[in-house]
Amino acid sequence: MTKTMYEKIWDANLVHEPESGSPLLFVDRHLMHEVTSPQAFEGLRLENRKVRNVHSILGTIDHCVPTKDRHNIVDAIAKKQVETMTSNCDENDINLFGMDSDQNGVIHIIVPEHGFVHPGMVVCCGDSHTATHGAFGALAFGIGTSEVEHIMATQTLQQKKAKTMLVKVEGKLPEYSTAKDIALAIIGVTGTAGGTGFVMEFAGSAITDLSMEARMTLCNMAIEAGARAGLVAPDQVTYDYLEGREFSPKGDHWAQAITYWESMKSDEGAVFDETITLRAEDIAPQVSWGTSPEQVISVTGTVPAPSDFTNEVKAQACTNALKYMDIKAGQKITDIHIDIVFVGSCTNGRIEDFRATADIIKGKKVAEGVQAIAVPGSFPVKVQAEKEGLDKIFLDAGWEWRDPGCSMCLAMNGDELKDGQRSASTSNRNFEGRQGKGGRTHLVSPAMAGAASIAGHFVDIRDWK
Amino acid sequence: MQPYIKHTSIAALMDRSNVDTDQIIPKNFMKKVERTGFGINLFHNWRFLADNITPNPAFELNKPAFQGAKILVAGENFGCGSSREHAPWAIADYGFNTIISTSFADIFHSNCFKNSILPIVVTAEQLASLMAEIAANEGVEFTIDLPEQKVTTPGGIVINFDVDAFRKESLIDGLDDIAWTLKHVDKITAYEEANKKKLPWLWPNA
Ligand code: SF4
Repeated sequence: MTKTMYEKIWDANLVHEPESGSPLLFVDRHLMHEVTSPQAFEGLRLENRKVRNVHSILGTIDHCVPTKDRHNIVDAIAKKQVETMTSNCDENDINLFGMDSDQNGVIHIIVPEHGFVHPGMVVCCGDSHTATHGAFGALAFGIGTSEVEHIMATQTLQQKKAKTMLVKVEGKLPEYSTAKDIALAIIGVTGTAGGTGFVMEFAGSAITDLSMEARMTLCNMAIEAGARAGLVAPDQVTYDYLEGREFSPKGDHWAQAITYWESMKSDEGAVFDETITLRAEDIAPQVSWGTSPEQVISVTGTVPAPSDFTNEVKAQACTNALKYMDIKAGQKITDIHIDIVFVGSCTNGRIEDFRATADIIKGKKVAEGVQAIAVPGSFPVKVQAEKEGLDKIFLDAGWEWRDPGCSMCLAMNGDELKDGQRSASTSNRNFEGRQGKGGRTHLVSPAMAGAASIAGHFVDIRDWK
Repeated sequence: MQPYIKHTSIAALMDRSNVDTDQIIPKNFMKKVERTGFGINLFHNWRFLADNITPNPAFELNKPAFQGAKILVAGENFGCGSSREHAPWAIADYGFNTIISTSFADIFHSNCFKNSILPIVVTAEQLASLMAEIAANEGVEFTIDLPEQKVTTPGGIVINFDVDAFRKESLIDGLDDIAWTLKHVDKITAYEEANKKKLPWLWPNA
């Protein structure tokens, strides 16, 4: 019988399927940050339970960290959260890339940097963007804090099997269209609930053409389509990325590992519950116009009207979004002016992303009245960018070059939009107030963000240069 | 955990779709290291005016008729976005133990069960009829019977809903998930021993 990659990972990690009760799935890797873990450690302590497999955990501090003067956390409660994370990891002997580590950064950026996630694994984190690691062919998904505690105590999760969806993107992606645009275009098709109950496998020539970084951007956004997880089959690109990293298999194990990883790919002819197909050639740079990632359109488009939707719920959502975003139906996307530009986050905070923005802004100046901030996803990204002289390009163009952290992706660390301000952001969520109460977010790729910083409004980078 | 069986309570109406966890509990209220005390900030940005104290009279849950409601009836794709369990903590702490919608985001859905909240999935027509009954009679009380898997209303609506058998049992008994799993600890140990042989590079000193 043929099987999909999801089914193979499920079978390989199935510990026990009791007659009455929930199947137990083994969790190979458990990622942690300061916001969703403290109550889990507290729960363990109260019940006198121990962390079962300490080596399976890697932690960081990223959500609350200031990106300027990073050790000076003014918010007392944020400071307590950081201290609690540090002491919890100390007490339990957990590998933490903490505030003083030169490897610190956003969890979904640093984990791949250390080769901590491999194909075929089950990977969990109290964070919905855990889906990022599906780029390696791992089944990676977000969980709640009770489940964080459950994994620490048992190394397993009570899970229900998901349905499978094959998302095929065939053809060649046009110049200036990126993995971010593929992700937004897919969500434009499926809607934010279209993937609910599914694990998506991304396949097709446009996907295998993507770099590892770009695959991470794509899988990162799978959750915005409602999917439990996204997957890309491992191939030479994956292996080249993993080889030699700290937690990658070494010596004889390397060849054994590749054999195992290869065996985990979906079989030829494996049956998916659903399939959708997109043509890469049709994917233009995307800009979200509303307050949900499915409210997205290509840069050449205009803001839709409620009457453009036959579905009543979507029409109402459009009305609400137009009001919150303070834009008008029929307005050209390229006529939307912005106040702040943010490049960073676990969606687009990797080295390639800063290269892409730098390439656009090089030798130009940020538009008057616009604030532009670049926040590398981790210290290794920052150091690499500086080695390449990218920091100079940003600074010369009038950008701020900050220290790593989640920053304005969710605005928990003090970097935020003020009421009524509008951003071009490379992050993943344009929900009401996500980047600050009353703030308005437009999701774009790093290159599009770069161009918007210079022009002061969105531009079609394809004919802008 | 609090056992969940059967109750008759006020049903509050929230006619919005895609209510995301960022709205349920905005991130500035997540910087706590405890599980309690999130209820006062449930739906903060909608619930309060710009001074952050005065209740917003236009926000549906501030209606006098909905005070004390245990049942929340809301539009599709409820609980999307961030995985934060602070969202169900806030919902439970505020006083809701039941949410009725046509669909829930995956992570939120499973987080609910961990916090004695029953998420009930109904069809679009059923949701519309429940919403219509509340709109016509604000403060109306619905009856939720988990053992019978049934919602009934004074207006005569009867809905039989599906719920995963194991989760139903856990809710009714108020079971601790971890204790349940640890009953199978020998299976976990056996799996780990086999895994050390199969994928030795994943284990320290294996
Ligand atoms: S960068 Fe944004 S999405 Fe990613 S982990 Fe941080 S807050 Fe979450």
